[in-house]
Amino acid sequence: MPSWPVLISQAFNGLALGTLLALVSSGLTIILGTLGVLNFAHGALFAVGAYAAFVLLQYTSSFVLAIVVGCGFMLVLGFLLERIIIRYFYDRPHEDQILVTYGVGIVLVECVRAAFGGNAQRVPVPSWGQGATQMGFLIYPTYRLQLIAIIAGLLLSLYLVLYRTSMGLVVRAGIENPGMVGILGINVRRAFLLVFAIGVVAVGLAGMLYAPVVAVTPDMGANFMAQSFVVIVLGGLGSFPGAVIGGLIAGEIISLTSAFNSSYSEVMLYALMAVLLIMRPQGLFGSEGRA
Amino acid sequence: MQFDRRQLLLGGVGTAAGLMLPGSAFAQSPATIGTFPEGVTADSVFVGLTIPLTGVFSGDGGDLKLGYELAIAQINAGGDIAQKWGLKGKGVLGRQIKYKVSDTEGKPNLDVQSATQFIQRDKAIMVSGSVSSASAIALEELGSREKVLYMVGIAGSNDITGKNCQRYGFRSQQNAYMAAKAMAPVVAKALGKNVKSAFLVPDYTYGHTVYDSFAKFSAEQGWKQVAKEVVPLGTTDYSSALLNIANSGADVFVNIAFGGDAVASTKQAEQFGVLKRMKLVVPNLSSFQDKELGAELMQGVYGSCDFWWGLQDTYPLAKTFVESFVAQNKYYPRWGAHIGYMQTYLWAMSVERAGTFNPVDVIKAMESSKVQPYETTIGKVYFRAEDHQMVRPIPILRGKKPSEMKNKEDFYEIVDIADGESVMNAPDFFGCKLGPYT
Repeated sequence: MPSWPVLISQAFNGLALGTLLALVSSGLTIILGTLGVLNFAHGALFAVGAYAAFVLLQYTSSFVLAIVVGCGFMLVLGFLLERIIIRYFYDRPHEDQILVTYGVGIVLVECVRAAFGGNAQRVPVPSWGQGATQMGFLIYPTYRLQLIAIIAGLLLSLYLVLYRTSMGLVVRAGIENPGMVGILGINVRRAFLLVFAIGVVAVGLAGMLYAPVVAVTPDMGANFMAQSFVVIVLGGLGSFPGAVIGGLIAGEIISLTSAFNSSYSEVMLYALMAVLLIMRPQGLFGSEGRA
Repeated sequence: MQFDRRQLLLGGVGTAAGLMLPGSAFAQSPATIGTFPEGVTADSVFVGLTIPLTGVFSGDGGDLKLGYELAIAQINAGGDIAQKWGLKGKGVLGRQIKYKVSDTEGKPNLDVQSATQFIQRDKAIMVSGSVSSASAIALEELGSREKVLYMVGIAGSNDITGKNCQRYGFRSQQNAYMAAKAMAPVVAKALGKNVKSAFLVPDYTYGHTVYDSFAKFSAEQGWKQVAKEVVPLGTTDYSSALLNIANSGADVFVNIAFGGDAVASTKQAEQFGVLKRMKLVVPNLSSFQDKELGAELMQGVYGSCDFWWGLQDTYPLAKTFVESFVAQNKYYPRWGAHIGYMQTYLWAMSVERAGTFNPVDVIKAMESSKVQPYETTIGKVYFRAEDHQMVRPIPILRGKKPSEMKNKEDFYEIVDIADGESVMNAPDFFGCKLGPYT
């Protein structure tokens, strides 16, 4: 049995890990929940975000500025992807959507590899986040502590945009009945475009914020994509609050299992997902039927 | 006439024994075997290279490829450098080496697929490549089945020349056992004997064999293990494992993660303050770990690897290798490139020693290299006949401080070069049983 300080440390780490997973998953769940498209380019877009931070940091030498410009870049990328490819797939079967987004992901990753090579790139922790903070018996990296607050703020604003603005309402109504929304004189397609782009920015932003923590390589997104799927299955496919809660649960499972034996941490995550799928197939916050 | 099964079996055994007798008494290679002599034309032979150019091992793969290409170009040109290695004329036995590279993404099934194509379509006389132990094991099995020589690329697991060893596979890189045995006394001398250690172990064959070997030899030096964190391959966030390591009270952090995993875990270890309180030891340094993490993090880190370019001050052939590589590719070769380069030369030398491309004769030439060692980029070396593991010196490195670096790639100083003979495992220690020649 691990000591209490170890358990408390891991519980705290689970919270930090959970917020990160929530942000990574949010982009996936926004696009799925509103547009009904399962975006398999999610992991690749995460990597593109991290590389955007890497490049922009060299030009701007300010982490905040790099992230702001990077978000602009991801927004444009999202617009282009939606206009050129994705919009033709809204009415196609899920298999087609999966294939096309998977293909987009491969193209993006290989473009990154062609431009930067396969070796890891270095994105330093910003000057204001360096070092570790001692909190009682717990030592924790300062940047990760700041990330918890930053991500909480980001998730809250995303929620407000999607669920408390008229644009969010249009999007959700448009999914249910595009014909009716069109008759009401609302341009649904434009709202769809915006939602896709916001989803791309969210995952790109996660990549940018995470870049100083992980190894920035073209394939860095693969593992996150797998974990994001677990998170949104836990929380309920397409549910934004579900992604947040799912992320936190996943973070706690990984971390608390590590207090006992780290080799079982991911096994426990998938085991939990399996149990949940049997007990409550729609996930914690999901509704039965459309996803 | 009716035979019962027992009679049939007895008869079969008798015939087989009769057939084997002259075979062992007058060892003679078969006139046709594998792709020989079909794959040898009047002026060329074909070599198939299976290398991950995309996917997680693409960094090491790119380096490996440049090593092969440099050696092939030098051998084909037949200039001074090829002569220094002891080769005669242009090419190998007067044949130019033609080659193709197949991107295998580091996936063993793609390795096998492309190697099979090389063998069947191009009549490859030799196959080489791989950046992972799993690929190397698959390829050496294929080589033995198809009777085509396979020169192992990057692969550190004990199994390759242990329980999965093959007659048609030869490895020049040291195995995990050799690396650990060479390194443990050096780091114990530098960091102390009464030391508490914490291990980060990636959960696959490479991780486990490196852990087993390093844990064994560091324990012999009086080190005490206080934490062992096993993490899945390709983990991106190591925070929960690192928290345990940070709280373990260890003096030394032994990080076995490789490639991108090594970069991510070390970066995060620094952020958790682990590297401030513990010395970092890396039993097998990844090719570009130095550059990817930077000298600030790598200073003072102890590790070992197949080759470091600083060895050019010790071995003349290493100097020509490093100089020609830098001239061609504008960066210092890492040990991936060295493996590709050396394996190509070793094969070419063995073919010339055998006087034929017949794989059976080439294998026998390599197996008898103990009496006539090869002069190489790492001095005199030979392949052990019993398990095809190369007996070779092992460089032990320590990361330089940024202020000590003479150029931007001068990341390590060589603190010791362990003698290969003294760190070998017994040939059957990991259960090696080489298969038949034919």
